[in-house]
Amino acid sequence: MHLAYPAVLSALLFCTGLYGVLARRNAILVLMSVELMLNAVNLNLVAFDVWLSRAAEETLHSGQALTLFTIAIAAAEIGIGLAIVLAVHRNRGTADIDKLRDTAEGHEPDGPDSDTSDSDTPATGTAAEKAEATA
Amino acid sequence: MTTTTLAVLVPLLPFLGAAAGLLLGRSAPGFVRPLAVLPTLAALVLAAVVAARQGGGPALDAVTELTPTGSVPVELALHIDGFAALVAVLVGTVAACVQIYSTGYLRDDPRYASYAALVSLFTSAMFLVVYSGDLMVLLVGWEVMGICSYFLVGHYWETPEARAASLKAFLVTKLGDVPFLIGLLALATETGSFRITRILAAVADGSLGHPTVIALLLLAGVAGKSAQFPLHTWLPDAMAGPTPVSALIHAATMVAAGVYFVARLLPLFEASRAAMVVLAVMAAVTMVGSALAALAQDDIKRVLAYSTIGQLGYMTGALATGDRGAAVFHLLAHGAFKALLFLAAGVVIHAAGTNSLAAMSRMRGLRDRVPDAYWTMTVALLALAAIPPFSGFFSKESVLGAAEHVATGHTEHAPGAAGWTVLVAGLIAAVLTAAYATRLWLLAFRGRGAEAPDHGRQPVVMNAVLWVLAIPSLALGGLAFRLLPDWFDGHDLTPTLATSVLGTGVALVGGIVTYAAWRHTSALAVRTPLGAVAAHPEGDAALVESEAIATHRPAYGDLASAPDPSDPGRLLLGPVHRHAAAGFHLDAVYTTLFVRPVRAGASLVRFLDREVVDTYVRAAGGLPRLLGAAVRRAQTGNVQTYVSALLAGTVVLAVAAVLVATGA
Repeated sequence: MHLAYPAVLSALLFCTGLYGVLARRNAILVLMSVELMLNAVNLNLVAFDVWLSRAAEETLHSGQALTLFTIAIAAAEIGIGLAIVLAVHRNRGTADIDKLRDTAEGHEPDGPDSDTSDSDTPATGTAAEKAEATA
Repeated sequence: MTTTTLAVLVPLLPFLGAAAGLLLGRSAPGFVRPLAVLPTLAALVLAAVVAARQGGGPALDAVTELTPTGSVPVELALHIDGFAALVAVLVGTVAACVQIYSTGYLRDDPRYASYAALVSLFTSAMFLVVYSGDLMVLLVGWEVMGICSYFLVGHYWETPEARAASLKAFLVTKLGDVPFLIGLLALATETGSFRITRILAAVADGSLGHPTVIALLLLAGVAGKSAQFPLHTWLPDAMAGPTPVSALIHAATMVAAGVYFVARLLPLFEASRAAMVVLAVMAAVTMVGSALAALAQDDIKRVLAYSTIGQLGYMTGALATGDRGAAVFHLLAHGAFKALLFLAAGVVIHAAGTNSLAAMSRMRGLRDRVPDAYWTMTVALLALAAIPPFSGFFSKESVLGAAEHVATGHTEHAPGAAGWTVLVAGLIAAVLTAAYATRLWLLAFRGRGAEAPDHGRQPVVMNAVLWVLAIPSLALGGLAFRLLPDWFDGHDLTPTLATSVLGTGVALVGGIVTYAAWRHTSALAVRTPLGAVAAHPEGDAALVESEAIATHRPAYGDLASAPDPSDPGRLLLGPVHRHAAAGFHLDAVYTTLFVRPVRAGASLVRFLDREVVDTYVRAAGGLPRLLGAAVRRAQTGNVQTYVSALLAGTVVLAVAAVLVATGA
């Protein structure tokens, strides 16, 4: 197989992922787009490893080995990422990235009043969320 | 031990005593008094042994160079001639007396340990100045004395007067010390040595290029240290220090250092006729002005301070006529009787509870409370007024005799104008000296009014010291004027008939006129009650004195004078009294001429610093802050914006890398 096919496919995958990261609002979809980009990289690693080891006398297939590492790390990353998203959603009632602007310059942290008023809605919302998450 | 070893030990012992006193002052208070008194006494004994071995013979010189110091060598040199040996004995005597007196005077003082150590350090520095044969080493002692004077004048630093006085003393003497240092360096550059013997040899060769400039520069330092016009203003204010300090530093020793310095280098000053005339005019103005001011002061110690300035004027007058024997003779006699006057004044202030003569003149029986101080002070005042046969008579007559000798043109080394100036001013000052001495005695001991307060017995050590010092005040002059020429230059110090009769006559006139004025005015004393007394029957003398100083201005409206119509000085001086009491407004003149411009300059500098320099500093901080505010706007909190910026940056970098790699 010519190297162009996997290269183009991975480029397409990466661009899709990049678009998703830059344009999607839902944090979960952003995480999924990150996975797409990671997998584009994995595809590249495998394809180039094969292409390079074809000419070599002796090879360790380090590209493919690195792919395994990437998959493992990606699994861990998505687990942690989803956990964070869940926690944020439980806390704020939303996973919309545009609304999570706490790190903006000049942002005032929420006072104790808004905390107490918020604490009820997530409590009722958590059940629905959990249902959503398990569904 | 050789004489050299003994002479080295003389300044060293008080120095070690001072160091040990400072170190042990807090941990072992029991050792403080022995450590203060014993090294000074030992130094006195050694100085006396050195003087006996030197015996007025040829000068003893010993040199060692610790390390080469560049162009002009600085050497640890001793130069002990008759002058040095005798002045050292005087310094040792007065220092030992003052240390013993202080154990009684400041017996309850919490800062006695540091006080005694500083007095020891001062004594050591003064010995160094006296014995040193190298001008740089002399300067070290000179400056150590200055800093000790600063600390000791400020001993009662709780009172604002003492704080101001210590700063003033330090600054005014430093004002003279800067030209002094420049003069020393110029002298060393011209002669190639700091050694006194080599400098005097160079002067004798006539190889000195600019004697007038150097002599005038050195005179500035001498005027500052010896409190001569126009740098004398610090000395009356320095009386805010404890009385023993006034006796040691501001009467007998440190202020005489300037005179002693000129006496050592007299041939250098004689090489310049202009310097001698300046010295004579300085002495004349100082003598007459200070005597007038002394007649108007109310604080007993300020009277004595102005008197010290005047007597130092006599010494510089003698130097201006080229007779250092007479100058040092008067230095020795004056050191003894003026130290006695101050120490007795300390006893009187303690007994009366005030330092104001106006308040003392309204007390009956003060002399019965302090009989020792009364008798010794009478002796010292007679010596001050130069009444024969007290010591001041002989020394003052030797000064007047030297002036008359020069004035009548018997010598070529000093200008005749200097002789006339000193002689006329000396005679006028003799009248005034007798007048203020009489006024002091009458007001302090012949008061009428309420009974003097009872402060209990004075400590024995204080009274004993007074009698010790009374002996030289009484007898030094008469015994010494025949012996001293062998120790000095060989000039005859015997009083001549003309000046003796004239000097004693005018002194008697001054005294009698003051007595008549006092008889006339003392009746007024009863009509105007006056007086503030700090009564501390349990407290030591230092406490009483510091309170007396602190209360003088609130009680009488002024530090120097009191509104007392019964003061004979007021009658004698007439319209001049107001100006004399304020020291002829010299302080006000200095305030206008120097203090205000300096303050104005300081506020200008403050303006430039706050408004101009700080603007640059604030701008240097403000500009990055503005830039930061602009950059902070990018901090939106939207992660996707950040990632977009990251992507754009990566693309730019990648393109750049590709372009570089392809060599485009």
